[in-house]
Formats: sequence, C-alpha cells, structure tokens
Amino acid sequence: MSVLVYTESDQGKFKKVAFEVASYAKAVADQLGTTVTAITINATNISELGNYGVDKVLNVSNPQLDVFNAKGYAEAIQQAAEKEAAKVIIVSSSANSKYLAPLLAVGLNAGYASNVIEAPSSTEPFTVKRTAFTNKAFEMTAINTDTKIVGVSNNSFGLVEKSGSASAEDFSPSISDLAVKVESVDKASNQVSIADAEIVVSGGRGLKGPENWGMIEELASVLGAATACSKPVSDLGWRPHSEHVGQTGKPVASNLYIAIGISGAIQHLAGINASKVKVVINTDPEAPFFKAADYGVVGDAFTVVPQLIEKLKAFKAQQ
Amino acid sequence: MKILVCISHVPDTTSKINFTEGDTKFDTNGVQFVINPNDEFGLTRAMWFKEKQGAQVTVINVGGPETEPTLRKALAIGADGAIRVNTPATDGFSVAKQLAHVAKDGGYDLVIAGRESIDYNGGMVPGMIAGLTNANFVNNCINLEIEGNAATAIREIDGGKETLSTSLPLVIGGQKGLVEESDLRIPNMRGIMMARQKPLTVLDPVDSANETASVKFEKPAAKGAVKLVAPDNLDELVSLLHNEAKVI
Ligand SMILES: Cc1cc2nc3c(=O)[nH]c(=O)nc-3n(C[C@H](O)[C@H](O)[C@H](O)COP(=O)(O)OP(=O)(O)OC[C@H]3O[C@@H](n4cnc5c(N)ncnc54)[C@H](O)[C@@H]3O)c2cc1C
Ligand SMILES: Nc1ncnc2c1ncn2[C@@H]1O[C@H](COP(=O)(O)O)[C@@H](O)[C@H]1O
Repeated sequence: MSVLVYTESDQGKFKKVAFEVASYAKAVADQLGTTVTAITINATNISELGNYGVDKVLNVSNPQLDVFNAKGYAEAIQQAAEKEAAKVIIVSSSANSKYLAPLLAVGLNAGYASNVIEAPSSTEPFTVKRTAFTNKAFEMTAINTDTKIVGVSNNSFGLVEKSGSASAEDFSPSISDLAVKVESVDKASNQVSIADAEIVVSGGRGLKGPENWGMIEELASVLGAATACSKPVSDLGWRPHSEHVGQTGKPVASNLYIAIGISGAIQHLAGINASKVKVVINTDPEAPFFKAADYGVVGDAFTVVPQLIEKLKAFKAQQ
Repeated sequence: MKILVCISHVPDTTSKINFTEGDTKFDTNGVQFVINPNDEFGLTRAMWFKEKQGAQVTVINVGGPETEPTLRKALAIGADGAIRVNTPATDGFSVAKQLAHVAKDGGYDLVIAGRESIDYNGGMVPGMIAGLTNANFVNNCINLEIEGNAATAIREIDGGKETLSTSLPLVIGGQKGLVEESDLRIPNMRGIMMARQKPLTVLDPVDSANETASVKFEKPAAKGAVKLVAPDNLDELVSLLHNEAKVI
C-alpha cells in the first residue's frame, strides 16, 4: 500500500527532480499514513534517497534499460506498483516521465493528473491542483480511479530533506521486446538543460544579433543557469531551436527567469509563466514583460548585463 | 498508408481565460477556437505524406457539434475526411479511449496527435492511444519519416534530441519541427469549397467512464506591480534576488 515514486537518474546519478518527487511522495505518504517506496533504474548511490523520505528502494539493474525507453520503463514501474500494491504513483514532469506516464496509466488502468504543483488538498476524494490553460489558470482535479498517477511539475514542490535511511532490494521486472529503438543521442553534456535548470537566462531580439550572446552565456555561467531565447531568435538562426521557449517551444518552470531584450508577447509568457521569479531587462518601459515580471530594469542590455555580471561575480565571491 | 490526425479544438492563445458556474466551467464567451498548434504541425506533416507517398488522411475530434468548424478547417487544409465522436471531451483518458477505438476499428497505420493541448495541457492522450491500441509510441516527435512499414523519428529530450527507429502501427505526440512554421498552410478558397463536399462522419461514443474529474478552476492571484531597479543601482537587484526573492 506504500506510495511508489519513480526516481530518475542519468548515467547512474539521480537527477534533481528525483529528490523533488521523493519529497512529494513523502508528503502524500504522510497524508495517507503509509511509507514511500522508490523504484530506480540503473542508478548508483541509492542511499541518497533516504534523505528525502524514501523508506525502501526497488533497485532495477538491467542493461536492456541502459538507454531510456518509455515502454520498457513503464513496464518496470508497473510491475513495481503491482508488487507493492501501490495505489498512488508519483512521477516527475521531465520529458521522459511525461513520455512513460500515459503508458503506465493504461497498464494500471489508473487516472493520471499531470503538471501538479501542490500536495493533494484532500485524499478522499484524491484531489490535486495542476496548471492548465498554459499557466493562465489552475485546475483542481479529482482522480477517481483506485490507482492514481500524479505527475509533479518541476520546481513546484521543492526538496524536503529528512534524516532517514532507505533499505534497498534488487528488483528484476520482465521487460518485453522493445520495438522503439534509440539509434543515436545528441545531447550537450556539459550544459545545464532548460528542464533541469533552477535559473534560466533568456535573450530576445533586442540583443540585435548572435555575436552578442557572449554576455548572455557569461551571465548564465556565473549563475549556473541554462540559456534560452525567444522564438524569433531561434527562427533567425541566432540560437539553436532547442533554446526556444514559450508556447510553441520548451516550457520553463525555473525558480528564476531573467529575460533580456524580450518584449513579453503572450505566446512567450505562456511558456515561462510557471517560473517563480521573473526579472526583465528592457529599454522600453512599455514592454509588456514589465507587467509579468517581479523585478525590472529599464535600461540598455549592452550596459546593464556586463555590470550585472560584475556585481554577481562580486556577490558570489563573498558567499 | 492510412493516417488519423487527432485535432484538439482549443481557445486561441491570446484568449482571455475566464470561468463560469462558480468557477467550474470554462467561459467560451467571446473566445475564438483554433486547431491546437501542435496538431497543426502534425496535420501539415500528414499532408506531406499524402502528397509525396499517397497516404490517406482522416482528421478526428472528440467533442460536441461546436468543434465542427475546426474540423472543416482541417478538411480545407487538405484532409480527405473527418470524424467527430459525439461526446464532450472532459477527461484525457476517456478521450483516448474514444480515439483508440476509432484508430483500431479503422485500421489506421499512423496516428498523429500533439505533444499536448494548450487548454488542459494534459500531455496524455497520444501515449494512452498507443497503450490502448498496442501501437509503438514516440512522444515529443520533431521529425518523422516512413518507408514501407519502417519509421524513423527524432524525439526532443531534455537537453538535446535522439533518433529512434520503429515500425507501424505507430502513434506520435508531435510538435513544431515535424514541419516548420513557414510550412503551415492557410486554407484557400478552393480548399474551403472542397471541404464542403468532404465527408464529416459523426460517430456515437463507446462506453467509457471518466477517470478524473475537473472540480474547480482558479486564476492566479493578481500579481503585485513590478519592482523597478535603476540601471546604475544593480547592487540592489542582486540584494533583492538574494534577500527578498531568495533565488540566488
Ligand atoms: C502561434 C504563435 C506562437 C508563438 N510562440 C512563441 C513562443 O513559443 N515563444 C516566443 O518567444 N514567441 C512566440 N511567438 C512570437 C511572439 O508573438 C513574439 O513575436 C516574440 O516572442 C517576440 O520576441 P522578442 O521579444 O525577442 O522580440 P521583439 O518583440 O522584437 O522584442 C524585442 C524587445 O527588445 C527590447 N530591446 C531592444 N533593444 C534593446 C536593448 N539594447 N536592451 C534591452 N532591450 C532592448 C525592445 O524594447 C523589445 O521589447 C509566437 C507567435 C505566434 C503567432
Ligand atoms: N477532444 C479531442 N479530440 C481529438 N484529439 C484530441 C482531443 N483531446 C486531445 N487530443 C489529441 O491529443 C493531443 C494531446 O492532448 P492532451 O493530452 O489533452 O494534452 C492533442 O494535441 C490532440 O492531438
């Protein structure tokens, strides 16, 4: 009856979201008066999960699952849920978890709520708050099935550390032939990805051209942030498409989003509104972004950004 | 090749989002509905398969009669036929069951849906169709090629992309990249005239219970005014981000 949480890893190491979903699972388990079981797939350092409220870990080591495969992973999680008789399963909002969750929902005949931002407001009926209408509203959703899957929005619940330890158990689910095969992966390994980033530094057409991105990258590196851009910037080929954020691009749910030379069109805001704190730097005080932002600087990016980099370096040096 | 393109009928992004009946219903008053942007990319890719590889393209929506103009628009863009499953779309799982039933019954080789709809943002329908019909599934699909029974797809992953090989029957959750914005088509007069002659079949729903229920909507609390920091006083910005917002 424990709450099952899928704690994701990348090349053996837990992703930050793994600890966030574990923290969330612990909150739900407390509400239900039960324990937390995590399932890990080819992860090392399993004991780290004990610090976020996990009581028991089902540890899968299977070379067939070395590369992520939605169907294979969904099968493993489904069998773990059946073994534990888990009625509530927690996953993250990473691209991989959003890929496998619907398959898991069909396998377990479970209702699934995605983009959930808070612990359940009630467990009977099981009701969660999720974002809808591209962050322009929230929806309270009741999951009425016996088994329930909750997809937690990144950076919404945060990490809650506990002093505890998790027991580990090897688990060998049977995985069917996987008919979707990964042929090659193309991933920048030394960069923070937009999905994982706590801070995102984003540039718009106000930066005039790709040659001016040095300062954006420097600001990002001082903050340990990911870089992003508005749609026209990627359409013009100034930056890769993978950096395009907004309604038609990647969603951003960071703790801090810094928009530089971005006007703040509704389609841009739709994708970044889930970020907690927004800063805008723009020459035009009438730019719509100022209505959406928490902090703003009316000024020229070409003078403000280099100065901000210096101030932040000094601040970081002091810390 | 028979292609089924799932079309979600959604409020245009610039629409004001309001609720009625004690915040339990979306207020459609004055809202303009469009083809979900992710589905527009998928439909355009389907037209490419039609024109280059002779595929037959059917569009489908689960919803009430009010969604028919959206289906007619898809016909005007070039789909061969349309299906509307006559039941309100209230829950992703039950919508997926309706779509899966038609996909199986009609013997479709490829089902193209969108990564997510911009109204409820569930991001669940395509994966559920795949699970229910036992088809292969690629989500966040940004490129798709089909040769006979074999498919090659590119999927966007966090921080990059990966290339996948698989086979039909296949379901994809598509997005921009399947085609580019410049490839999207606006229906022309001829398309609109032809769309009137094309079949729009209304089907009764198959039995399915709702797994989830929308209880209530809330709008985000009104945001306080932006705090402006003078460009020559950036120490203050650093201090606000550290001490007040606690994000650095
Ligand atoms: C269906 C649809 C989907 C869309 N999806 C997206 C999406 O996903 N993401 C997205 O971003 N857009 C999207 N758009 C486009 C969107 O409407 C805007 O056109 C776009 O976001 C504008 O980009 P921008 O702010 O970089 O450029 P602009 O609107 O040109 O704004 C540039 C800004 O830079 C400021 N500026 C100029 N010089 C400086 C300087 N020296 N220092 C500081 N500031 C300066 C200007 O005051 C201005 O505010 C979409 C549009 C449509 C129709
Ligand atoms: N009512 C519906 N009718 C037809 N297709 C739908 C419907 N709802 C969702 N879809 C499809 O599923 C995709 C993802 O939707 P969702 O899971 O609701 O985010 C959409 O882009 C559509 O392709």
